[in-house]
Amino acid sequence: MGCPPGTTAPSERLTIVTSTQSPERRRTTPTRPGDRIFRGTSLAAALLILATLAGVAVFLTAEGIPGILASPDEVKHGTGFVDYVAPLVFGTLLAAILALTMAVPLAIGVALFISHYAPRKLAAPLGYVIDLLAAVPSVVYGVWGISFLAPALVPLYRWLEDNLGFVPLFAGPASATGRTILTASIVLAVMVLPVITAICREIFLQTPRLHEEAALALGATRWEMARLAIFPYARSGIISASMLGLGRALGETMAVAMVLSASGVVTFNLISSTNPSTIAANIALTFNEATGLTVNALIASGLVLFVITFGVNFAARAIVDRRKDFSGAN
Amino acid sequence: MAKSIDVSDLDIYYGDFLAVEGVTIPIAARSVTAFIGPSGCGKSTFLRSLNRMHEVIRGARVDGKVLIDGQDLYADDMDPVNVRRLIGMVFQRPNPFPTMSIAENVLAGQRLNSKRMKKKEADDIVERSLRSAGLWNEVKDRLDRPGSGLSGGQQQRLCIARAIATQPEVLLMDEPCSALDPISTSIIEDLIHELKTDYTIVIVTHNMQQAARVSDTTAFFNLAGVGQPGRLIEHGDTSMMFSNPEDPATEAYIQGRFG
Amino acid sequence: MTSTLQTPRPESGASPIASSLRGRQLPRWVPPALTAAAVLLALVGVFGPVGAWLVLVGWCVAAVIPIWSLAVEGSRKAMDRLVTLLVSTAFAITLFPLGSILATVVSRGAPVLSSEFFTYSMRNIVGEGGGIYHALMGTLLITAAAAAISIPIGLFTAIYLIEYGDGTRLAGWIRFLVDVMTGIPSIVAGLFAYALFVIFFGPGVRMGVGGAVALSVLMIPVVVRSCEEMLKLVPNELREASYALGVPKWRTIVKVVLPTALAGIVTGVTLAIARVIGETAPLLVIAGLTDSVNFNLFDGRMATLPVFTYFSIIVPGVPPGPSIERAWGAALVLLIIVMLLNLAARLVSYFFSPKGER
Repeated sequence: MGCPPGTTAPSERLTIVTSTQSPERRRTTPTRPGDRIFRGTSLAAALLILATLAGVAVFLTAEGIPGILASPDEVKHGTGFVDYVAPLVFGTLLAAILALTMAVPLAIGVALFISHYAPRKLAAPLGYVIDLLAAVPSVVYGVWGISFLAPALVPLYRWLEDNLGFVPLFAGPASATGRTILTASIVLAVMVLPVITAICREIFLQTPRLHEEAALALGATRWEMARLAIFPYARSGIISASMLGLGRALGETMAVAMVLSASGVVTFNLISSTNPSTIAANIALTFNEATGLTVNALIASGLVLFVITFGVNFAARAIVDRRKDFSGAN
Repeated sequence: MAKSIDVSDLDIYYGDFLAVEGVTIPIAARSVTAFIGPSGCGKSTFLRSLNRMHEVIRGARVDGKVLIDGQDLYADDMDPVNVRRLIGMVFQRPNPFPTMSIAENVLAGQRLNSKRMKKKEADDIVERSLRSAGLWNEVKDRLDRPGSGLSGGQQQRLCIARAIATQPEVLLMDEPCSALDPISTSIIEDLIHELKTDYTIVIVTHNMQQAARVSDTTAFFNLAGVGQPGRLIEHGDTSMMFSNPEDPATEAYIQGRFG
Repeated sequence: MTSTLQTPRPESGASPIASSLRGRQLPRWVPPALTAAAVLLALVGVFGPVGAWLVLVGWCVAAVIPIWSLAVEGSRKAMDRLVTLLVSTAFAITLFPLGSILATVVSRGAPVLSSEFFTYSMRNIVGEGGGIYHALMGTLLITAAAAAISIPIGLFTAIYLIEYGDGTRLAGWIRFLVDVMTGIPSIVAGLFAYALFVIFFGPGVRMGVGGAVALSVLMIPVVVRSCEEMLKLVPNELREASYALGVPKWRTIVKVVLPTALAGIVTGVTLAIARVIGETAPLLVIAGLTDSVNFNLFDGRMATLPVFTYFSIIVPGVPPGPSIERAWGAALVLLIIVMLLNLAARLVSYFFSPKGER
């Protein structure tokens, strides 16, 4: 593994140099037992976290491999693993990308509103209000989605089918319960919105005051100032915030499991009653009834989800860290 | 109390970067020694090496000897923690502990090391230290209030009280007045005068007049050039240094022609 | 709606420079008045008897501002006003689900709450009656166990990152991977706990402590990050002051650094607890559901509020009514717990931060 961006602090170079170039000068200062124990404990805790992360990968792989290798007649779903998991991956990506398409523009708008448009004094309380959205448990989102949002959207879906039915996305027939992949995506969008907003807000607020004032001094309106000073500064931050939101949307389980009436098909039809399922929702819905190798297959699908979200988060964090190096913040 | 320090041929490194080179200087007991010189010349670094505080920064190390009372501070079996109990320090910005009251701040050296003492003993230490720091009359009625509620000058004197409460041999002061207004500065300068009867004091300052006012001995540090290590150019009696320095660089600096 | 702003403008007698600086502007009262009208219409639309279409009408009223501005003030100003309208709209849209969730959960959950609801389990209950006692206890036990695992590990890791390893390559990696770990899907954490426990207890294992392990996987990174931020905020000067008094490093950490950061750490930990207490997916996988009270984390299935809510609404049984009601009640209780934890966290950080720290 290479070094992730942003881990090379200047002082680190110093340590390496001291330990490699001048070993003869290393002093053996007596350390106190208290210091040794405390340092050891904290190092052990840190290493335990690495071990946990490795453990997640190792245990999922160990329990997942039998599921991947299982022949079609040994599992309940009766197909090879790739055929089993591919539609789920499709559904996962579809729901997450739909959610992100809705959430990102909205989140940028909300973040901009809080950071630069709302009165300064209100910025913090408004931020809390949005953060409350992040605090709502996912099962509550599920309950809300299934019993309030889904029925409320049925008329909209009818209208979409009647008027925009020629677009494949809205081909219909419109679901009578409203429990479609589009509804699930809307719930997901609401869930990831606070995550993206919080990061964007931070970054917008960090825009160097000088850049903003320079733009205003040139006679820019507030929007022109946002375009000139804020967005160029915040671009990579917005990208990584969106990717973190994507990671969250990919892995969200309960809201999808409860809202979506899934049949595991592969379709781009967003408003019908036959919908693709997602990996996470599928695990939640079938794990308790599963036995034998089916359990292993489910764990293997969890491994796939882990790999996807890990990759997305890894990339997002790498962008954030690189940005930290160049922004000169702190 | 109060011991002299003998530094011989001290090099200070940050990693492989030589920050200060070849310093040899005797520091007399019960006197005030001032370090002056342009920014970045290593005088603060050198000061911190006198109680091994520079080791807090990763990769920092020294070469050479610092003898206090004939004992090398950098001998292999020396514990830096014990060294610091012997040689106290006051910092550029006043830094009382925000979670502690005024009295607790004064006793921090004892309390943080979980030293047990009787209430009477503790009260005595608080009063004695605050009196020595010239703060007793101002705070005696509010010893249990947070130390961060005091003014900047009072906070700095609280920090001096905290440093002398552990009865060190030497007191190091790293630009103790640079964050203070002129009145607080003059109070602290008077205090330094009084403290030198009991302690060996080493002070880093950017203020020429302050060095002239408070110190008995002055040492001038300078950089040979950009990226070069800082060096001790000369040291001697303060009156001599200010009236008739040997090195032209010292003269130029003291007369404000550069740095 | 009458205009109260009648600022007299010195139109006449202005110098040529001043008149060239004064562009044509919308009357000053227009934007606030139209905004107020739009908000009012929207509020009536949402809460009033007329219907949701009023919200749209309100929005159209607000949309008059940029159009009018285009006519009077020119395109640059109009664009600015349009964006103002759009970002405000975005904020209003976001408020809608929050308000809707709170309103539905409270209105449907509140009638269910009763002393029986809090003190009875679901043992031998068919149809009406019963309560969430077993699930409440399960949630508290499992979350407490998760906190007991996560807080020491998280805190010590943060101490390592800030006090010991800062700047080293290992610390850089750990910090990075902790960040990545915050993104582990909760269901994956549940599967991890299951895969781990299967090794010791065989297939089909369900155990409360497994849920605690799964929640810890989700909680530790949050604790690490918040503690790290708080330790970072402790000024280095305090550490140096302590070292200069001859205090060993570990005592400096325990007696100076941690007390200074305490309020922030408590806030962060409380928020971390609030985050995991509502987790459903991992508990669904590893803790399962039972109708009875189970106080033993190491013995079999354990009900929790989120999982109870989930099953009550997904598999309501016959007749479905009472079960669905219980689901709303449990959802409300869960929401209240989470909101109280959030509130507590804010209060702690508000009241217990060291005074005059900066």
